[in-house]
Amino acid sequence: MSMSRWFLLAGLMALATGAQAVIETYEFSQPGLEERYQELSAELRCPKCQNQNIADSNAPIARDLRRLLHQQLEEGASDEEILDYMVARYGEFVRYRPRFSGTNLVLWFAPVLLLAAGALLLALTLRSRASSAASGGDHLSAEEEARLQAMLEERERDS
Amino acid sequence: MASRLRLFLPLFLFTVLALFLFRGLSLDPKELPSALIDRPLPEFSLPDLASGDTRTRVNMTGEVGLLNVWATWCISCRVEHPYLVSLAESGVPVFGLNYKDEDAAALQWLQDLGDPYRFSVADREGTFGLDLGVYGAPETYLIDAAGIIRYRHVGVVDERVWQETLQPLYASLVGEQSP
Repeated sequence: MSMSRWFLLAGLMALATGAQAVIETYEFSQPGLEERYQELSAELRCPKCQNQNIADSNAPIARDLRRLLHQQLEEGASDEEILDYMVARYGEFVRYRPRFSGTNLVLWFAPVLLLAAGALLLALTLRSRASSAASGGDHLSAEEEARLQAMLEERERDS
Repeated sequence: MASRLRLFLPLFLFTVLALFLFRGLSLDPKELPSALIDRPLPEFSLPDLASGDTRTRVNMTGEVGLLNVWATWCISCRVEHPYLVSLAESGVPVFGLNYKDEDAAALQWLQDLGDPYRFSVADREGTFGLDLGVYGAPETYLIDAAGIIRYRHVGVVDERVWQETLQPLYASLVGEQSP
């Protein structure tokens, strides 16, 4: 293969990755807006295709929400206002990081509680092991020694 | 004795986990409760699909009824259409929200398959759909006489859905209205 062909191939490959990534592009009038657009569209969940955010999804509803997001950002809405607007229509479900509230208290605290419970269990187990070892775990008392001796003698007699 | 019981702890934990997971099998994660339940139907001002007259929230409220979100590109809408026609014939008020559709195609559809709707509004851009929290068609909202959204069903409304879910709610709302 000649050098120019290699360049052509490399060029085609570069184009192919670009085609995969794009959904549609928006122009932003102010510099900070695009970053906020990326952040918010990654945090908002597509109601139709439930395990994708609206940035990744190709569903019509995700496209509509992206357009709405762009429009609201251009109108100068704050992040909080935009999220409130979305939650009012699609429920807390639409956020990948749901707001802290009474109904999802369990979700927020369960991991911490489970970790604490695990740590407690570990501590208790280790301590009980340590104390049984300290109280002479594998040493026999005089009484046990005598019983063992008797058993061994019995066995010898039987054989 | 206590240590004996402790041996059953894994079994106990397994049983609890299994119960939760088993329950999870029969839950449909696609079934999202609408965020607008017990909230008023959002304001709108959209053209009537047939006449082009402007319709607003007032035209849709006043009695208990269904608001059905439909479109000609939606295959399931075609499936539920005959049932909506029969519901309308039995006297249930059904309103249509023609969602992100082309007017000509929508009118042709109503001509071919029958028109169960008191009227349909043409929501070409999906703005009213957005205010309602629509994320796909078909969706059917049960709206009471005061214009409050009481229930949303996502998916096809058929005999079973109507009999088991919508009809009891509908009947109780109609009962509230005229005691």
